[in-house]
Amino acid sequence: MNFLHYWCAMSGIIGRELWRFITQRERFISALVRPLIWLFVFAAGFRAALGLAITPPYETYILYEVYITPGLIGMIQLFNGMQSSLSMVYDREMGSMRILMVCPLPRWFLLLSKLLAGTFVSILQVYVFLGIAWFYDIHAPWQGYLWVIPTLMLSGLMLGALGLLLSSFIKQLENFAGVMNFVIFPMFFMSTALYPLWKMKESSALLATLAEYNPFSQAVELIRFALYGQFNQQAFFYTLGAFIVFMAAAIVGYNPSKGMMSKKGGA
Amino acid sequence: MGRSGKTMTINNSSALCIEQLSYAYSGKKALDQVSFSIQAGECTLLLGPNGAGKSTLFSLITRLYDSREGQISLCGYDIKRQTRLALAKLGVVFQQSTLDMDLTVLQNLLYHTALHGIARKVALPRIQQELERLNMFERRFEKIRQLNGGHRRRVEIARALLHKPALLLLDEPTVGLDVPSRLAIVDYVHQLATEENLAVLWASHLIDEIFPDDHLVVLHKGCVKAKGTVDEVLAATESTSIKDAFYNLTKGEAS
Repeated sequence: MNFLHYWCAMSGIIGRELWRFITQRERFISALVRPLIWLFVFAAGFRAALGLAITPPYETYILYEVYITPGLIGMIQLFNGMQSSLSMVYDREMGSMRILMVCPLPRWFLLLSKLLAGTFVSILQVYVFLGIAWFYDIHAPWQGYLWVIPTLMLSGLMLGALGLLLSSFIKQLENFAGVMNFVIFPMFFMSTALYPLWKMKESSALLATLAEYNPFSQAVELIRFALYGQFNQQAFFYTLGAFIVFMAAAIVGYNPSKGMMSKKGGA
Repeated sequence: MGRSGKTMTINNSSALCIEQLSYAYSGKKALDQVSFSIQAGECTLLLGPNGAGKSTLFSLITRLYDSREGQISLCGYDIKRQTRLALAKLGVVFQQSTLDMDLTVLQNLLYHTALHGIARKVALPRIQQELERLNMFERRFEKIRQLNGGHRRRVEIARALLHKPALLLLDEPTVGLDVPSRLAIVDYVHQLATEENLAVLWASHLIDEIFPDDHLVVLHKGCVKAKGTVDEVLAATESTSIKDAFYNLTKGEAS
């Protein structure tokens, strides 16, 4: 009976999020256009500028477009995670977060369900992106397309938890521009999404170190290896650890007696 | 539980019991030693000017904030220690609309029943029943965006009742509605209290929403200035009308 309640609620939350995503066509298109521009325009232009050596998981020389694809998958999930944090702030201002918070289930479970819902949405986006990339001659082995699912779950949860954590701090919608500047851009550029670590070391050791410890890099590497049927253990544990830390902090942030909600949030 | 509850201790039979509740925002007291209780079948109006502490009180009852001093219990369940049992007894209509604009009436209600762990098979007839009582059933496939303010409110009231709560909280639910919609909602909620034996706590600053049988709690600057039935409050303030009583209770030390 109790288990059923949890299941009911989780599927309700996930169903609502998926439905909203499908019906909001602009959101779907903009979520796709962003990585496609990077792929078709940025990567094409950059191809000549960057020579790539053979590094694992790749076994041959690859085009820059192929290298950048896992990074762009990470980007989709990064934006999606931040967007769901934005929608959470919006929900809080509009009150629908309250409906969630007054339902008789533990808060960590509600937040986790919300995260899972966002992650499923991001996985949908990723597969549509991979489908388009396939026609652009970016192919991974077919097993890779399956192996990538569990990694996308983990990376999506990690980035979503980060968004959730931020949403417990952000008081107003307008602050999303700040999130763009201070979280999304540094995380994305200071990572292995666009350039490999060894290449970065050539220009700046500090930058390379920062990129190495950036959880986003680790998530991207996890996806990169999985896409070629390989398991990157270090990236896995790093991403998992980051998820646990962000999630725990977010749960504290949403705790009525400890977190930001008590400091005159929520209105 | 209401009738038989009267012989039990008040604490156990009360749908809502608030004892010595205080709350402060960064040093400024929003609620100061607030105590009152509501029994099943009672409609209690929480009156107070803006800034009296009504919204803070609601946030504490719904556990959006945590109270550090004092106690809140619903049907005998302590909101802090038995949160989930207490919240299961609670139906809320917030001041701002909390419906999903782009979902239909039915989708919104099914989302709510899912959160409360009510299986679809049980939920659908209940939704039908609640919507029919409010003459909204034939509009169940319309998106919320297409409904007017009064109808949105009706959907929210229907939603708050789907999990069969013992206490219904309404935070100024008639704000921004036209007179007929307002009256319809006021009548309907009073009817719920008597027919369904539901305890109602209704925050308002509109005096014409009070019925003669109602109970009142007058809140001003975080303190309870008066509580009891309409007659008791009139007697205590030596006033002839609620309007005068309310004015007298809230004029003092107004800044």
